[in-house]
Amino acid sequence: MRIGRSVFSIIGAPALVMTAAGTAFAAQPLPWQTGFQPAVTPIAERVAAFNDLLVPLIVAVTIFVMILLGYVMVKFRRSANPNPSKTTHNALLEVVWTVIPIIILIVIAIPSFRLLYFIDKVPDDVGLTVKVVGHQWYWTYEYQDHKFSFDANLDEKAKPRLLETDNRVVLPVNTTVRLLLTADDVIHAWTVPAFGMKFDTVPGRLVETWVNVKKEGVYYGQCSELCGARHSKMPIAVEVVSKEKFTAWVADAKKKFATGPDTTPAIATAAVSE
Amino acid sequence: MNAQSHAHGAHDHTPSGWRRYVYSTNHKDIGTMYIVFGLIGGLAGGILSMLMRIELAEPGPGILGGDDQIFNVFVSAHGLIMVFFLVMPTFIGGFGNWMIPMMIGAPDMAFPRMNNISFWLLIPSAILLYASPFVGDGPGTGWTVYAPLSTSGHPGPAVDMVIFALHLAGASSILGAINFITTIFNMRAPGMTLHKMPLFVWALLITAFLLLLSLPVLAGAITMLLTDRNFGTAFFDAAKGGDPVLYQHLFWFFGHPEVYILILPAFGVISMVIPTFCHKPIFGYLGMVYAMIAIGVIGFVVWAHHMYTAGMPINARAYFVAATMVIAVPTGIKIFSWIATMWGGSIEFKVPMLWSIGLIFLFTVGGVTGVVLANAGIDYALHDTYYVVAHFHYVLSMGALFGIFAGFYYWIGKMCGRQYNEAFGQIHFWLTFIGVNITFFPQHFLGVAGMPRRIADYPDALAGWNLVSSLGSYLSGVAALWFLFVLWHTMTRGEKCADNPWGEGANSLEWTVPSPAPFHTFEHVPTIRSSAGGH
Repeated sequence: MRIGRSVFSIIGAPALVMTAAGTAFAAQPLPWQTGFQPAVTPIAERVAAFNDLLVPLIVAVTIFVMILLGYVMVKFRRSANPNPSKTTHNALLEVVWTVIPIIILIVIAIPSFRLLYFIDKVPDDVGLTVKVVGHQWYWTYEYQDHKFSFDANLDEKAKPRLLETDNRVVLPVNTTVRLLLTADDVIHAWTVPAFGMKFDTVPGRLVETWVNVKKEGVYYGQCSELCGARHSKMPIAVEVVSKEKFTAWVADAKKKFATGPDTTPAIATAAVSE
Repeated sequence: MNAQSHAHGAHDHTPSGWRRYVYSTNHKDIGTMYIVFGLIGGLAGGILSMLMRIELAEPGPGILGGDDQIFNVFVSAHGLIMVFFLVMPTFIGGFGNWMIPMMIGAPDMAFPRMNNISFWLLIPSAILLYASPFVGDGPGTGWTVYAPLSTSGHPGPAVDMVIFALHLAGASSILGAINFITTIFNMRAPGMTLHKMPLFVWALLITAFLLLLSLPVLAGAITMLLTDRNFGTAFFDAAKGGDPVLYQHLFWFFGHPEVYILILPAFGVISMVIPTFCHKPIFGYLGMVYAMIAIGVIGFVVWAHHMYTAGMPINARAYFVAATMVIAVPTGIKIFSWIATMWGGSIEFKVPMLWSIGLIFLFTVGGVTGVVLANAGIDYALHDTYYVVAHFHYVLSMGALFGIFAGFYYWIGKMCGRQYNEAFGQIHFWLTFIGVNITFFPQHFLGVAGMPRRIADYPDALAGWNLVSSLGSYLSGVAALWFLFVLWHTMTRGEKCADNPWGEGANSLEWTVPSPAPFHTFEHVPTIRSSAGGH
């Protein structure tokens, strides 16, 4: 179980305590967590890898500035240096502190663009399409290949509190799932931190993205765009199961949700964003 | 009242009583009113932030009894008040009005009566905004007022009141911006060329241009909101052919320059403070000027980095990544130039200098997390989480606000004639420095763990860092109370301030006039002997 993606582990973060081996894997925030949730999709793995490049860089830049400041504060304090210099220019120095940041930014930009375009391109091997519709204050999931849909509301009594829903989204493991995101009242945002992705669900727009979860388990997220009085109470719970279990679940779900809500918003396909 | 009153050099026609302020055309009195207005805004916004941190100190319903709408109203009011009623009035209306005419050797602002209406427009604006939470369910839209939450999502007059408040505050700022631009371009004393102006004047000049070019866009966007809400238009209503994302583009076309409007004056203040207390001219004056201009220009072409998750075309997202990262270069030039100014100096660690050094360091921390967020690929994970909250409080709560305090301690002797107590000011600095870091640093952890912004209750596992953050904010609250004490102590018990209390490092023109600065400065046009900017 990889927990080494701690953003601030460099500066001494407490170790993370993960779910004991043997119980079902679940990704949710943990007490005193300082890093990303474990990455379980190709996108999240690349986000974590990119983060592993960024964090040392920004920590190094910060420490460099801190050392410079500390040095001048000690070396050039009034009591140590009563006669100030009158230097106001140094062309070489000014070129250096312009060029070096540019180089650092280029080092960041190359993997950044690679990651951006990787996330954007939905792979060709889509095995399932799920449409996600945000409402005040619940989500509707439409399994368009299987012709059923259901609502997922906050389960007030379940643990983990504020994260569990009455109906979980069930996805097959190791399958490219195309997500189509929209909303029918105000803007919401659908995210699962362990998947490394987040997109706004905008009324009148259909955003396409994808996940391919590599590990069975339960993954939690929360609505991430301010959407009104119960913004903190419309969680996302995704259960990733084996392909066989998924087939069985679909058969059950077709019966269970046969009279499910027809919540397709009339305007939801007005614009397809790339 | 007549417009000539400020032109009489021979006698000090100081009006008295309420007329002095309500009818005021004097840049110093108007500046004082702006600073008092900003202080009230800061206290109101600060109380709201305390209430939010008390609510978030532990999971569960908390003091608001599980009513998220109240929390959303707090979030919205806190942001709007801090931006429009603390930072902008204090920096631009307050320090700008007070110092710009003195620094360029002008007797007053170019349009003294317009200066008056600029301030007084803020009062109805403030009444509307401060009253809006008490009307209906209040404006729970966030300071961004995104449609459709602000249109179909908020019936009732509260959001209309916010829109009108922003209209008035915007008109006030546009008039103020015109006044500053005209003053700086036309009323400089002989010898005060553009390249000799103090950097604070440069900062305010660039800020005024940003205001002038960005606020009309905000005014248009919120007017469209208003007509969508009340008159049946559908600019942002997808069901009728509009687009909610259009509002975001318009808002952030204003909103991103706005964050530079908040921070550039802070850059200007510490560019005055650092040379003063290092007894050494500013390093790379021209580089500093053109870095600020570059920040202002690039600030207009990066707005959609606030909208990576809203579903823009991929190449547009890539463009905004690249443009955003470019801003790090001029910002880096400024950071390094300040440090180079200190290099070889003879540094006195008086209170304004402490706030300035604190700003350099903490702005760097907020700056590097900004570079992280500039990358759309990782922003998908961090957008709308507490990581973003931590980032922008490091650059605003610790950038802009530290700049305000640096300016306050630097100029209070000039403004009120009494000097602050050095030990009391240092206590204020350290309480605030420790408090804000304890408040905001753990929010990076909450953000990467996945905690969304603007939620009134959170999963139990996030309790630890939230409690730390709340405790830090209580310490910042103590620091704010201590500041009130320092303010009272300075005004009533402070020692008489010399004309120039800082010595030879302080060479801008405001230090050549008596403390407190007389009602009318520069009865004779001052001569610019040495270069004020150190160039």
